[in-house]
Amino acid sequence: MISALLVMLGLALALGAALGAASVLFRTQGDPLVDKIDAILPQTQCGQCGYPGCKPYATAIAGGDADINQCPPGGDEGVRKLADLLGREYKPLNAEHGVEKPKSVAVIDEATCIGCTLCIQACPVDAIVGAAKQMHTIVADLCTGCELCVAPCPADCIAMVPVADTVDTWKWRYPVFDLKPVMHAPAKEAA
Amino acid sequence: MLRQLFSFNGGVKPDPNKGASTREPIARLPLPPQLIIPLHQHIGGTPRPLVKAGDRVLHGQRIGAADGNVSSAVHAPTSGTVVAVEPRLMPHASGLSAMAVVIEPDGLDLRIEREPFDWHAATPGEVRDHLRDAGVVGLGGAVFPSHLKLSAGTAGSTDTLVINGAECEPFITCDDMLMRSEALDILRGAQVMRKMLAARQVLVGVEDNKPDAAAALKAAAAELSDASLDIVVVPTRYPAGGAKQLIRVLTGIEVPHGRRSTDYGVQCFNVATALAVWNALEHGEPLTRRIVTVAGNVERPRNFDVAIGTPIGFVFEHAGLKPDTDTLIMGGPMMGVPLPGVEAPVVKATNCLLASSPALFPPPEPEMPCIRCGECARACPADLQPFELYWHARSRNFGRAQEYHLFDCIECGCCAYVCPSHIPLVDYYRYAKSEIWARERDKDAADSARERFEFRNWRAEREKEEKAARLAARSAAKPAAKTADVADSAPSPADAQAAAPATTDPKKALIEAAMARARAQKEAAAAKNTDALTPDQQAQVDAAEARRKRAADLLAEKQTANAPADPSAGQNDAAR
Repeated sequence: MISALLVMLGLALALGAALGAASVLFRTQGDPLVDKIDAILPQTQCGQCGYPGCKPYATAIAGGDADINQCPPGGDEGVRKLADLLGREYKPLNAEHGVEKPKSVAVIDEATCIGCTLCIQACPVDAIVGAAKQMHTIVADLCTGCELCVAPCPADCIAMVPVADTVDTWKWRYPVFDLKPVMHAPAKEAA
Repeated sequence: MLRQLFSFNGGVKPDPNKGASTREPIARLPLPPQLIIPLHQHIGGTPRPLVKAGDRVLHGQRIGAADGNVSSAVHAPTSGTVVAVEPRLMPHASGLSAMAVVIEPDGLDLRIEREPFDWHAATPGEVRDHLRDAGVVGLGGAVFPSHLKLSAGTAGSTDTLVINGAECEPFITCDDMLMRSEALDILRGAQVMRKMLAARQVLVGVEDNKPDAAAALKAAAAELSDASLDIVVVPTRYPAGGAKQLIRVLTGIEVPHGRRSTDYGVQCFNVATALAVWNALEHGEPLTRRIVTVAGNVERPRNFDVAIGTPIGFVFEHAGLKPDTDTLIMGGPMMGVPLPGVEAPVVKATNCLLASSPALFPPPEPEMPCIRCGECARACPADLQPFELYWHARSRNFGRAQEYHLFDCIECGCCAYVCPSHIPLVDYYRYAKSEIWARERDKDAADSARERFEFRNWRAEREKEEKAARLAARSAAKPAAKTADVADSAPSPADAQAAAPATTDPKKALIEAAMARARAQKEAAAAKNTDALTPDQQAQVDAAEARRKRAADLLAEKQTANAPADPSAGQNDAAR
């Protein structure tokens, strides 16, 4: 009787110690779910979702404060991935937050730029190079296409230019047989 | 000496169709009216252009400098004038343009003075730099910069150098003809490579359907009397010319997923690359020409020695393109890609130009559902399960496709060749691969954006802290200064502003004065839209003024009534 109690007590103490040690040794920093959501988001930091950046939006999704369809740069595919990850129902992108656009980068018209540095302050990823009263320019490779620099520009010299495919970034198409329109079909053809 | 040969799984035996283009020796193609030399012809960084429109260039002059180490130079194949440096149509399935140097030959073919390079005395690093600047890249099809593969970073770890002369794809005979005519220099190039890699032996693999090439190589090897050189004839089976497949046949080493042949002491080069290495080192000759097989639906199928940059249409003119040609293909019938137009130039990767006609290559039969017969798996030389890859690629399930080692697929086309349902399997794999690459690029861009965003936030935070610290230090220093010069107490307005917390009498006076000024201004400023009012409007304005006055009076009354000792007032304020 006593020995059984002692064995149980010993087991309880040993397992408790093991659990306690594990909780100290294998402590996770931050919320892994937020990081997983953040990894899906496109990191444009554009704020179209209504949060000041992708991480805050990810935190809001994880906390149940925001819906999964508020990220236009992530697009339809992003919503699907979030739905997959969170086990929620897919829903189309909320038009309130904007529409999905082809990937663009901002380009400064260097002749019109007055060197006010407002765009530099607006850029969330430090992709704009310049100094006060000096011409500014955008490092295209670093630009996420968030459009945050467009509004502050007093000279209206920033334009969003869609990124064209190059030989290196071109993608093979999904293999389908082209369906040719029948010769006598109505003249109104899809553009 | 008899050597034990090994075998790889799968493979197919399509009709070689090599006879037509090997009847005549290699012909040197004349220069076209315009040469279009793309800057980016190899794996790695795009070379920087060294010339601009209007410049004169000489034969062998460098026109594009290697950008970084994983890159290679490009050279002018003749003398002439640079007409333009602009995007031109590329021999690529996309039909997109890329930067190219357009040269109009002057017909003089003046050579640039060659800088003597004593490669016997040079260090391995110098030899590699020389090869990079001579534009030597792998000519078997992958166009990987050769100097990177000749790195002695793994000195002593390379046992076998494999020289690939298998040339297994139907129609292509450029390596065959090159081996017949330049066997000696190919083997000399191989010897140089062996020295650079410190390899024990050199194995030259030639398929047994090229007896002339094998005989020429054997004669050359006998002339060189190098015991480490061995010419090995391997059985003809497509794709015996794949690097991993040839290594397996010659050495029995099976390179597993995610590893390189160099991990197992084997390095592999094409025969034409060996020759290019020899020419670059011994003769200082950069890579500006290559042998191209022109075959298929042409009058005179043949191998041509073509200047790189020659428009494809010009090459086909010389071979006599038949009128019923429907598609032009760069490469062979199994792995080739359709060309977007005849203006595209011959590049370093162009081993074959194939004209196709409905009679030669009938249009593909309609794709039928996969019946899971497993023929593709039996034919796959990379030991993959093509039907699984197809299934996952088709359903855009790229993660699963990668789990089935999609990237070990060499796109040889054996699976599509044997498929009884005529599924264009390779198209699905190419689609899936390019989608995965695009996703990886997006992910890398997102990661870098996240990092930069976080750094920016951290910097903003740091700046804020620094500013707060600065202000705190200043305000701590100020009172001390104040007490010091209290003697001459006639502070200037600036001084008064700076010492905000210290409420001295002169400061109070200043504020009072400013508020008085503001009040005076407010009273002076009349509402702009109050002249020329109708009596009706005037009445409304008067009523509003009266209400405002009453409200102000009431408020004043209430304050004087509540202020003395009403504990609830504070609470009300707080609640409001």
